[in-house]
Amino acid sequence: MNRSEIRVLIPRAPGTNCDSETAMAFLDLGVKVEVVHTQRLFRERNLMDYDIIVFPGGFSYGDYVRSGAIWAKECEYRIGRELEEFIREGRPVLGICNGFQLLVEAGFLPGFEGRSIYPQAALANNPNGFQCRWVRIKHVNSGNCPLTREIPPDAVLEMPVAHGEGRFLFPRDREDEYLRRLYEQDQLVFRYAKPDGTFADGEDPYNPDGALHDIAGICNPEGNVLGLMPHPERAYYGWQLPGWTKRGTPPEYGDGRLLLESIVRYVERRL
Amino acid sequence: MRFAARVHVTLKRGYSDPEGETTARALKGLGYCVLDVRVGKVYDLSLEAGDEEEARRVIEEICLRLLANPTKDDYSFELRGVA
Repeated sequence: MNRSEIRVLIPRAPGTNCDSETAMAFLDLGVKVEVVHTQRLFRERNLMDYDIIVFPGGFSYGDYVRSGAIWAKECEYRIGRELEEFIREGRPVLGICNGFQLLVEAGFLPGFEGRSIYPQAALANNPNGFQCRWVRIKHVNSGNCPLTREIPPDAVLEMPVAHGEGRFLFPRDREDEYLRRLYEQDQLVFRYAKPDGTFADGEDPYNPDGALHDIAGICNPEGNVLGLMPHPERAYYGWQLPGWTKRGTPPEYGDGRLLLESIVRYVERRL
Repeated sequence: MRFAARVHVTLKRGYSDPEGETTARALKGLGYCVLDVRVGKVYDLSLEAGDEEEARRVIEEICLRLLANPTKDDYSFELRGVA
């Protein structure tokens, strides 16, 4: 498929606040982008007209109940079936921050046996409250996730997090089992890392939210649904990176571009 | 029949509760011998149901589907009929 024909849908909801940056980044990649309010999406759009869906970051519905919970249920009862079909067809869905929380709350991630009725994981409140800082994440997927195929194995990417609820958790009594399944099905995609490239091992601030096993991003067993807490769209252009003014001219792009470009390239090749 | 229910949602034991720990620290600072604080949420619902059994079943479902995330939350509720 020609890149200029790829259509990206960015649903927004009351309280999402990263939709514009996300749209800007994808536009720069040469694809078509539409930001559509979820209410309008239900009434006026067909998800199947799009090639990529990106649930952006923010604080949908004021993070009431739990981050992403209300938005997830709204998607479930309005476009649940369409979204499931979209995913079943192997089309890529990316959830960034609040979007990741939505995918977990809606049962799409980790989605061990397809979509679960109740969440199989949680993104709980951070030990040190809201964290807005640059972190490093290591690409640990071994090839199951086609959306990150262009990112070299073990590459360490720098991007910011900005969340109060990102502590990835599994049910206590199934922690080992679920973690094993993530490994067996190659669903781990990003883990928080230290500056030297080793895993954060729960250490603050490298693991900014206390996530189990330094988990920053996972995919479904089929690999086409990916969620992560850090914000690639805030590390897209060189001028978004911290400290570039001290170095003179900014680099053209940041690490966030690698991820978004990788997703676009997957669609380009697939269709 | 109309029912009123008070639903409590709390973090399961075994998970750290940063909000509770911070609150406990503040209370200790004030000189109280507080050993532990766990923070939760309370939802007061009123709902229409055929009988008490149905009301209980519906609230149970509501808790599992939205008010609690069964991965990390415990929930409980009290129910009373409203004339």
